[in-house]
Amino acid sequence: MPTDTLPNPGTDPEKTPARGTGELIRLEQVTKRFGSNTVLDHLDFSVDAGKHVTLIGPSGSGKTTILRLLMTLLKPDEGTITVDGQQLFPASDKQVREVRKKIGMVFQQFNLFPNMTVLRNITEAPVTVLGLSKDEAVERAKGLLDLVGLADKCDAHPAQLSGGQQQRVAIARALAMRPQVLLLDEVTSALDPELVAGVLDVLRDIARSTDITMLCVTHEMNFARDISDRVLMFDHGRIIESGTPEKIFSDPELDRTREFLSAVL
Amino acid sequence: MKWDWSAVSGFLPHLWDGLLVTLQILALGSLISFALGLVWALLMRVPSRWVTWPVGVVTEFVRNTPLLVQLFFLFYVLPEWGLTFSALTTGVFAIGLHYSTYTMQVYRAGIEAVPVGQWEAATALNLPLRRTWTAVILPQAVRRVVPALGNYVISMLKDTPMVMAITVLEMLGQARLYSQEHFQFTEPLTVIGVAFIVISYLASLALRALERRLAH
Ligand SMILES: Nc1ncnc2c1ncn2[C@@H]1O[C@H](COP(=O)(O)OP(=O)(O)OP(=O)(O)O)[C@@H](O)[C@H]1O
Ligand SMILES: [Mg+2]
Repeated sequence: MPTDTLPNPGTDPEKTPARGTGELIRLEQVTKRFGSNTVLDHLDFSVDAGKHVTLIGPSGSGKTTILRLLMTLLKPDEGTITVDGQQLFPASDKQVREVRKKIGMVFQQFNLFPNMTVLRNITEAPVTVLGLSKDEAVERAKGLLDLVGLADKCDAHPAQLSGGQQQRVAIARALAMRPQVLLLDEVTSALDPELVAGVLDVLRDIARSTDITMLCVTHEMNFARDISDRVLMFDHGRIIESGTPEKIFSDPELDRTREFLSAVL
Repeated sequence: MKWDWSAVSGFLPHLWDGLLVTLQILALGSLISFALGLVWALLMRVPSRWVTWPVGVVTEFVRNTPLLVQLFFLFYVLPEWGLTFSALTTGVFAIGLHYSTYTMQVYRAGIEAVPVGQWEAATALNLPLRRTWTAVILPQAVRRVVPALGNYVISMLKDTPMVMAITVLEMLGQARLYSQEHFQFTEPLTVIGVAFIVISYLASLALRALERRLAH
């Protein structure tokens, strides 16, 4: 595969990924090491557009690493990553910036910008990256704040919000870029228990009402069961089992999966 | 020894002249040290040794040689190279430069204290590097460093009399001049001592007000 040009999705003989159908994300033989610790070991997997995939597995199995590779916060040591027919690795900086527009991420620790109001957090990137006018960006942001139930918090600063509210703003902020893929890394793990449901409800709503592709790392198994088309069980940087949520949660093939699920459920 | 109020009132007009100079040095020196220190701190983050090495050497050198030496150097050596500035300009620049090598360390610590998650969120939103600095990182870093920068302003105030060495008459210079002319040392020196305390007190009040404003 050429590494210095963008493959043209229309003329690629092997696959023709049109938006909304077919394969959106593909990892081929992806290896990631930290020093001598091989975290992902020649991993292959792909996700079709519009699907919701949940990654489960014990701590240290490499789930976060996969999301961070897709968000270009990390670079793999080997292998190729393709998103919507465009190569994300290996790729030039310019290519990476182009592909990154298709991907949004919500973090465990929210990572809102504390020096900006809620509204500015959401409008900043649409204005500076997508070139929206300020009015367009504000309109979009208000719509999203409505969606996450925080329409009255436009002018608040993140420090004035609860963790659950901050995380809902972070979801709105990611969606404001209209990404094709939303990466969610344990987005409720840092929240007080009573705030978890509100955030998960928002995500359920988004999963139901949009065609966005979701890659989700979570320990909330009921949530995973509700929204997932497919569940991937990770162990030591490999996918050891995958299937529908019914299959994985009710009747897993492997003892390892069974053990893990009985430990977290 | 007798306290002579007439010496105080005789000195006061000179005090105002000196005060004006001291405040000018302090204000302009602070601005230079804030701006230049930020420039150094940012240059030290450029991922190229061709930038960080010279900047590192120069700032290390300036930080570790006495301000007085730098004052003399700029005042007596620069004119030999054809660069002539007024004594006051030279003094302001020397103090600003000297203190910029301290403020750069303050900025560095402030920048490093911004959580890595902020950089990651900026990347995830695809913000350009320049925008990440100006809209996300620096506003948070600067807010953190205001108290430390303020402390350097107070230190700088106490170093302002050094410009006397290059003929600038700030408060101490005026006091010395007056003392030598009138053979009265106690009153002028006491007056400027009080003036220094009042200025640093006012400066610390202003600083605390600024910190409080930034906290919101
Ligand atoms: N920046 C890093 N430097 C060194 N090692 C790292 C780094 N990030 C992750 N690792 C290691 O990589 C492995 C996989 O980490 P990863 O965060 O992907 O696991 P995870 O499946 O998300 O686990 P958890 O459920 O605890 O979040 C772990 O052994 C971890 O120690
Ligand atoms: Mg993780």
